[in-house]
Amino acid sequence: MRQSIFNKDIENHRMMITREFNAPIGQVWRAWTDPSIIDLWWAPKPWKAETKAHNFTVGGEWLYCMNGPEGEKHWAKATFHKVEAPVLYEGTDAFCDEEGIVNPEIPSMYWKVQFEDKGVSTVVNIEITFDSAESLETIVSMGFQEGFTMAHGNLDELIEKNAI
Amino acid sequence: MEARRDVYQAIADPTRRAILSLLSLQAMTPNAIAENFDCSRQAVSKHIKVLSDCHLLKQKQKGREIYYQFNPSKMKEVKKWLHQLEQLWESRFEQLDEVLKHQK
Repeated sequence: MRQSIFNKDIENHRMMITREFNAPIGQVWRAWTDPSIIDLWWAPKPWKAETKAHNFTVGGEWLYCMNGPEGEKHWAKATFHKVEAPVLYEGTDAFCDEEGIVNPEIPSMYWKVQFEDKGVSTVVNIEITFDSAESLETIVSMGFQEGFTMAHGNLDELIEKNAI
Repeated sequence: MEARRDVYQAIADPTRRAILSLLSLQAMTPNAIAENFDCSRQAVSKHIKVLSDCHLLKQKQKGREIYYQFNPSKMKEVKKWLHQLEQLWESRFEQLDEVLKHQK
């Protein structure tokens, strides 16, 4: 199994993840950008991702739902800012309702996903930048959603200091 | 619905995070804590109460004064959650590995 590398950049409220996949760049790009494929892997089991709308162009949106085993539904929407096939896309991810109306009380996340051609494999670099998210609790309560990192230097220092 | 009292709620507020930072360095009285903030003493007391309710603070009585101290063991929950976040990505990636394998 491939190793994932997780890095936190506290000062800039960023989290970086690097992971290599055993497939050429075209195929990996498609897996990340074709909703019929994304739906297959985006939600961790037993949750299921379900795309309602996907317009993969600059200014376009991806509206999707995370369906939980107890019938829970968490809607999210990504708005794409940059699409440079097959090497890069950027977007903003927000929580919303099923019509795509964004919930302004939950901070958005800014995404940058880069694809590096390694011939038979592809390295994917994911960078997630968070607002200075005050409503941490709200995000955490959304369950598994990836809406949280130690965006708060103080807190991170606390954890480091106490070597938890 | 009853208000949730857990470590996530406790650290969701910037003032409460700042209080925790202060108290991680030394035990302090409520007055000494309040001096570090622009908000009212009452507001600071409320924050201290939330933190106490979440077991992030320990109380010590010294003479007539109450001192508050940071209780780090509760923070492990946050650490645990961070770990879960990494697990989320790992499981996602493993599923993607499978998807890629079957596409070939």
